[in-house]
Amino acid sequence: MSESPYAVKLSQFEGPLDLLLHLVQKNEMDIQDIQIATITAQYLEHLKHMKAQNIDVASDFLVMAATLLYLKSRTLLPVSRVETEQEEGVDPEEELKQRLLEYQRYKEGAQKLEQFPRLFRDVFPRPPLAQDDVDPPLAAEAQPLIDISVYDLVRAFSAVVRPRPTPPVHRINKGGISVTLGVRLLLQQLHGKERVSFQRCFTVATTRQEVVVQFVAMLELIRLQLLSFAQHTPGGMVYLYPSERIRKGCYADIEHMLDLKEHLDD
Amino acid sequence: MIDLKAGVEAVLFSSDSALSMAKLEQIFGVDREELRLALQQLQHECQQDGRGVVLQEVAGGFQLRTRPEYAQWIMQLKRTRNMNLSRAATETLAIIAYRQPVTRAEIEALRSVDSGGIVRTLLEKDLVRVAGKKDAPGRPLIYATSTMFLEVFGLNSLADLPSLRDLRTDELEFESEMNFEPEEGEPR
Repeated sequence: MSESPYAVKLSQFEGPLDLLLHLVQKNEMDIQDIQIATITAQYLEHLKHMKAQNIDVASDFLVMAATLLYLKSRTLLPVSRVETEQEEGVDPEEELKQRLLEYQRYKEGAQKLEQFPRLFRDVFPRPPLAQDDVDPPLAAEAQPLIDISVYDLVRAFSAVVRPRPTPPVHRINKGGISVTLGVRLLLQQLHGKERVSFQRCFTVATTRQEVVVQFVAMLELIRLQLLSFAQHTPGGMVYLYPSERIRKGCYADIEHMLDLKEHLDD
Repeated sequence: MIDLKAGVEAVLFSSDSALSMAKLEQIFGVDREELRLALQQLQHECQQDGRGVVLQEVAGGFQLRTRPEYAQWIMQLKRTRNMNLSRAATETLAIIAYRQPVTRAEIEALRSVDSGGIVRTLLEKDLVRVAGKKDAPGRPLIYATSTMFLEVFGLNSLADLPSLRDLRTDELEFESEMNFEPEEGEPR
C-alpha cells in the first residue's frame, strides 16, 4: 500500500457531497460557477485512490460519479439542445448546485455549533447530588410531571443492570424465572403503593437474568396500561405509578390479561 | 439584611438544573423586575470579578456554569457525561436543529449518506427526540432537538441558533416554520 497523503485525508469525507464540496473549495471555485469537467476529473481521481487503498467505495459515491459524468456529457452537447432540455424540467446541474449550497449551509452551521462552549466538554453545571435515595414528597407532584420517552426508561435500566456483576462462583441455573413470575414479583413490590422508584423495583432480583425478566415484566405492565412512568427532574430518577387495579390488588384481572396474551402468542 | 442577589446565587448554586424565572419568582416571592435586576447584577459580578463560574441563561432558565477556560481541570474529576460528537454527528445534529421537524430520509437526502446510526447516537445522548410520525406513506418518525440540546449548546431557545448563509432562492425561510416554544416541561 502506497503512503500517499490521500490515505489520511480520504477517511475524512462524510459522503459524496462532502468530497465534492472539498474539491470545489480546493479549486477556489464558486458553487454557482462550478466547472463540471475539472471537478468530475478530480472526483474520479479520488475514487480511484479510494479503490487503490482498498477502501470500500460506498454506492452513494458511485451514484454521484454517474451524475457528474452525465453533467459533463451534457456540456458537450450543442447549446440549443441543452436549452430545450432545460425547458422540459429541472436542470440537473442547477439541482446539484442547490444540493451543494444547501449541504454547505448546514456544514457551516455545524462548524459554528462546534465552536460553542459545550456542556460537559467546555463548561460544567453542578452535578446532581446523590438524590436517588431521597424521593421528593408526593405532595410536590402538584407540579406537572415530566413526560419522558422509552429511551429514558432504557437509560434507567442500564443503570440497574450495570452494577450487578456476576458472582465468581459457578452455579447451574435451574432455568430462571418466567415473565409471568416476573410480573407477580413486580406486583408484590407495587402493591398498595402510590409510586415506586425504578431502582427499587429491582431489589428482589438477584441475577442479571432476573433483572432482565423483571424489566420485561415492567414493560409488559406498561403496555397493558397498568403502570405508567415519569421523572420529577430532567435526567433524574424514574418513578413508576401503578394503576388503581394494581394498587387495589386485582391480580386475578391482571393475570387474566396476561394469560389472554400468552394464549394469543401460542 | 437579606440580599436578593446573594440569595439568588445561593439558590442557583444548590440547584442541579437550570431554574426558570417562574420558579425563582415562586421561591423568592418577589416580582420579576426585582429578580431580573438581581440576576443582572450577579451576572455582571461573575464577569467582572473573573470568577470560575458564570451565570448563563439556557433553555429558558438560569444556571451557574464553569468557565470554558477551566475545562481541563474539571475533566480531572472524571465524573461527567461525555458530550463529544464526531463531525458527522455534529453535522446531522445541525440539520435536525435547523430543519426540525425532520425525517431520517430528509436528513439523508441533505447529507447524501446513510444517517440511521448517527441519529440513534443523538437519541441516546438525549440531544434529539422523536417528535412524532409524519403524515406520509410509511408514517416515518420525525425528529426534533430536545431541551437537553439547548442546555448542551448554551442556547436559550432555538432562535439563538447561529444564522445560516443565505441560499439566494425563493424558498420559504424555514425559521418561520419553526416552533420556538419549548415543548417539554420547562426547567425548574
